[in-house]
Amino acid sequence: MPRYYTEEHEWIDVDGDVATVGITDYAQGQLGDIVFVEVPDTGAELSQGGDAAVVESVKAASDVYAPVDGTVTEGNAQLEEDPALVNSDPEGEGWFFRMTLSDKSQLDGLMNAAAYKAYCDDL
Amino acid sequence: MSEIGEIDEEAAIETLPLDAWHRARGARMVEFAGYHMPIQYDGIMAEHLWTRDSAGLFDVSHMGQLVLSGEGAAEALEALVPGDISALKPGRMRYSLLLADDGGILDDLMITNTGRGLYLVVNGAVKWDDIAHLREHLPDEIEMNLLDDHALLALQGPKAVEALVALGVAPEFADILPVDRLVFMQAGAYLWGDVRLGISRSGYTGEDGFEISVPAEQAEALADALCALETVKPIGLGARDSLRLEAGLPLYGHDLDEAIDPVEGDLSFAISKRRREEGGFPGAARILGHLADGSPRKRVGLSVEGKLPVREGAKLFDGNREVGIVTSGGFAPSVGAPIAMGYVPRGSAAPGTALAAEVRGKRIPVTVAALPFVPHRYVRKTGA
Repeated sequence: MPRYYTEEHEWIDVDGDVATVGITDYAQGQLGDIVFVEVPDTGAELSQGGDAAVVESVKAASDVYAPVDGTVTEGNAQLEEDPALVNSDPEGEGWFFRMTLSDKSQLDGLMNAAAYKAYCDDL
Repeated sequence: MSEIGEIDEEAAIETLPLDAWHRARGARMVEFAGYHMPIQYDGIMAEHLWTRDSAGLFDVSHMGQLVLSGEGAAEALEALVPGDISALKPGRMRYSLLLADDGGILDDLMITNTGRGLYLVVNGAVKWDDIAHLREHLPDEIEMNLLDDHALLALQGPKAVEALVALGVAPEFADILPVDRLVFMQAGAYLWGDVRLGISRSGYTGEDGFEISVPAEQAEALADALCALETVKPIGLGARDSLRLEAGLPLYGHDLDEAIDPVEGDLSFAISKRRREEGGFPGAARILGHLADGSPRKRVGLSVEGKLPVREGAKLFDGNREVGIVTSGGFAPSVGAPIAMGYVPRGSAAPGTALAAEVRGKRIPVTVAALPFVPHRYVRKTGA
């Protein structure tokens, strides 16, 4: 299952026409203690680069953007009870939402793991 | 992912004496009040709780440290603030407010009578405006010095006193009490070896603690010596903000500004009894009127239902009516829930009043709460 990364520090796992989206370990480290996550409603139409979710750390609220166009199929309900999952397991249990992909060619513009690592090393 | 409402960094950001010290300890640095400042080291939550349980060391060298000297300095300053400064005994300090002609708050500050002059600590973000205001309004014979060759550290938390004692800080003069016998809002001159320190029992966290003025070139050595103690850790601005919010203490530029007078800001305690009787401070008519009749609006605490933080700028509603605005808010680590402060009309200001805050189009139930959210633990009496 290929994983892609955005310059805004989201990751997207693609499995056929469905994808899972979250924020990277680098992102959670920058945000610090996460106290609230607002995931999109099921059925929400997302467009690449548009607002998709909000993550609140002790310090501030940050937008999470949609890595590609598509429709939300599920938000991670576990984050409501335990937002700190984003700190402890950002690229696993701390996923934000699942979505369909309406334009798979958009994935070509995203980074793979090696490219994302190089991108973070330069920050 | 990007922070909502992120502020662009300004071109000329200055560094403070402990800049390299913070970076060496892994601090994440941000721009604040025109300086590079540490926002956090280990994480805001851990640093906040450490301060409430043990002792935290804060670098607040961005704040302005001023000394006013000359015959009649206290009386002259009283023309600009509503406190009884001439009654302030040597070694005592007072929270006060620099007032505009209409009674609006230009800054909040600490005023200490050192016995040789008045030592003022003002907010970093407005210190140059304060200096200009003071120079313009104080008589020429009152000398004003900016201690820009001094750093300012705050050591806060229940173990702050034992840390300072362990450091071996001694009174500089015979009439000054040992640091552990100072009470809240008392101050003196001390020696750490041959380093001269100005120390007060005060702070901005609601905990017992001290603020320490130290010559810039000795600041690193002092910070090292304190953080060598296992009870003391460096704490960033992030936890400073969450600690002061829980303590119900306003932050200038957010909870207080030029449009707000001391009564509206719920700071009536800073208007001394004699000054209430005599007036003679800027905006006295408005302020004394608000003291007598109540102000149309007031700063209040807000408990937030649920987990969604309600932050600065959120509108407040009483039913369908927009009544006010949140001026500070966030997650409160010691409370374990979001809390906020804001301004509401007098009629909506009683503790227990149910209101709602608007966050991203949603109405979040909030309740007016008595301040502070976490009880103050100031030491007002020492055992010795």
